[in-house]
Amino acid sequence: MIPLGFYLVVSAILFSIGAYGFLIKRNIITLFMCIELMLNAVNLSFVAFARYYALLDGQVFVFFVMAVAAAEAAVGLGIIVALFRNRQTLNVDETNLMKW
Amino acid sequence: MDGSLALEIPQIFPEIALSVFGIAILLLDTFLPKSKRHAATGIALAAIALTAVFTLGLVGEDGTFFSGMIVVDGFSIFLRITFLVVGALTVLASSSYATRENLAVGEFQALVLFAIVGMNLMAASNELIMIFLGLETLSIASYILLGIKRSDAKSNEAALKYFLLGSFSSAFMLYGIALAYGATRTTNLEAIGREIAAGSAGMTLIYVAVGLLFVGFGFKVAVVPFHVWTPDVYEGAPTPISAFMSVGPKAAGFAVLVRVLMVAFPAAYAKWLGLVWLSAVLTMFVGNCVALVQSNIKRMLAYSSIAHAGYILVAVATRNQEGVAALLFYTLTYALMNIGAFTIVSLVSRQGDRKTYLDDYAGLGFKQPGLAAALSIFLLSLAGIPLTAGFAGKFFIFRAALESKFVWLAIIGVLNSAISVYYYLRVIVVMYMKEAPDDWSPVAMSSSAIAVIALSVLGILQFGIFPDMLISLARSSVIGYR
Amino acid sequence: MRNYFPLLLMFVVVAATVGAIIVLSAVLGPKRRGKVKDSPFECGFQPFQLPTDRFFVRFYLIAMLFILFDIEVVFLFPWAVVFKALGWAGFWSIFIFIFVLGAGYVYAWRKGAFQWE
Repeated sequence: MIPLGFYLVVSAILFSIGAYGFLIKRNIITLFMCIELMLNAVNLSFVAFARYYALLDGQVFVFFVMAVAAAEAAVGLGIIVALFRNRQTLNVDETNLMKW
Repeated sequence: MDGSLALEIPQIFPEIALSVFGIAILLLDTFLPKSKRHAATGIALAAIALTAVFTLGLVGEDGTFFSGMIVVDGFSIFLRITFLVVGALTVLASSSYATRENLAVGEFQALVLFAIVGMNLMAASNELIMIFLGLETLSIASYILLGIKRSDAKSNEAALKYFLLGSFSSAFMLYGIALAYGATRTTNLEAIGREIAAGSAGMTLIYVAVGLLFVGFGFKVAVVPFHVWTPDVYEGAPTPISAFMSVGPKAAGFAVLVRVLMVAFPAAYAKWLGLVWLSAVLTMFVGNCVALVQSNIKRMLAYSSIAHAGYILVAVATRNQEGVAALLFYTLTYALMNIGAFTIVSLVSRQGDRKTYLDDYAGLGFKQPGLAAALSIFLLSLAGIPLTAGFAGKFFIFRAALESKFVWLAIIGVLNSAISVYYYLRVIVVMYMKEAPDDWSPVAMSSSAIAVIALSVLGILQFGIFPDMLISLARSSVIGYR
Repeated sequence: MRNYFPLLLMFVVVAATVGAIIVLSAVLGPKRRGKVKDSPFECGFQPFQLPTDRFFVRFYLIAMLFILFDIEVVFLFPWAVVFKALGWAGFWSIFIFIFVLGAGYVYAWRKGAFQWE
């Protein structure tokens, strides 16, 4: 059996890739995918812990996270479509009407 | 399990009522002709009143329900009432705003109700996953509310910024939850506390989890260094929603922060105290100092709300009953003054939210003295001038800090209050000392906005001159809270 | 590992069959080249836009609705697994869940989200 630590390391790496991508990428859709990657990295941790402890609740949490991520994705796409209609761009550097 | 589950349902009647009414408003909105859609405001207010009755019915029914997922105690009931007050004021303030800006009233009010459901669940959760779900209910409703002016590029941008940073921070928080679950095999706050106390949890994982959770909550309540989204979002948002965002999610975030840190992670106190202490100091200084140079009043209020988050963090750092009671007092009174101030900003900004600069307030004291007087009261209360609720709130927080030997935090807090007086007074000076421009157009009032302002002024004076009533209520609701 | 042998066998057979079909049709098939035959869409008219063009915004709306209703159904799976053990409490819980989902459906329908134009 693959030890728990392996899963956790993969999960941590995926989470870091997502967070890194969120910070350096400029396209909104890509940022969006980075967030999804982070959420799914967490899901991997949940499932790994649940399996390791032979508990079921960790797997149920994943369902909740997936449902929340889907709702977020739908709202996010809606915001992006509205923004694109007004501004004709998906680059975060160009969404800068407000600055201090 | 059949019977017991059904018996526990009354414990979440407040949330059920709000959800049912929210859905009803959404559906009704699509069936009613356009001329009758403003009925949504009345329905939303009725829903909030009914929910208040249900919530007060829970007084004295302390305990945990739904396998320990929901907790009913004085703390959660006090906060639920605070959220209902915030919700009622937001609904009132936004009804005339939505008409003026040609927005869909029904969706607006339904989303406010859903946001209250999320906040209520956060305050009443005894379980990390429930907290996450409550937080997401609140967040998703507020993403839509921020962007509800679909054809307005600033509103889009505010929604997008809050959405990206909000979901980014949720991911951090969720990772913290996963690690806490991994270390203790449970997500129940009390069980986590027991596992850590029993020494059966890996402390490294716990420390990392606490750090990640703090990042997540820090974003939601806008404390430095997680505050960068705040001014942009408050500036671009529809103004009643800026008001809502500056008090509702903040109060809910602090409620959860306090519960999680005190119930689940008291053993890690030495570690998280440093985080909270440093963040409180930075938040107060950054918020107040940057607010000094703002010329847009919405941005100034945004930085002021960051500064106020710093004062509330001082209350969190004390970690005792007096501090938590002060936090409850502060969040409620802060909600009154900030919603009141934002409502006046919304009225003065005229159609399209255009006039939000300091110069737009020149001469307001002569043209519309009532409005200017009310705004002055709100700003003086935010600054913490005696006889206002803002002074009482700061007094209780700093006294709790002194009692817990956080002398430096109290000194820094008082110093910051002194700094903040400057930028609040600047608005008042402009209102009373400058001439109104020649092309002055009168500020259009509406009965619902007047109601919001009047209620907020009354509340501020009431709790400012006679704070004993509210603070003793807050103290009695945190009894048993360690 | 022995248990996985049939799986490996299946991979090999599938790869071999697909490869054989591709190679055979390339070798045996008749080839008649011409200007019309080599155009990107062999159906009589000139392509009027590039395939990399933007999607019509309606597709995003459909995608959003699909994501929502598709993912929400995921909660039915754990319920279906233990639905006998949960009894009536489980039934009513899932009934309310579907009712809320249905309310969302009615809202989307009344708002005209399902209409193409």
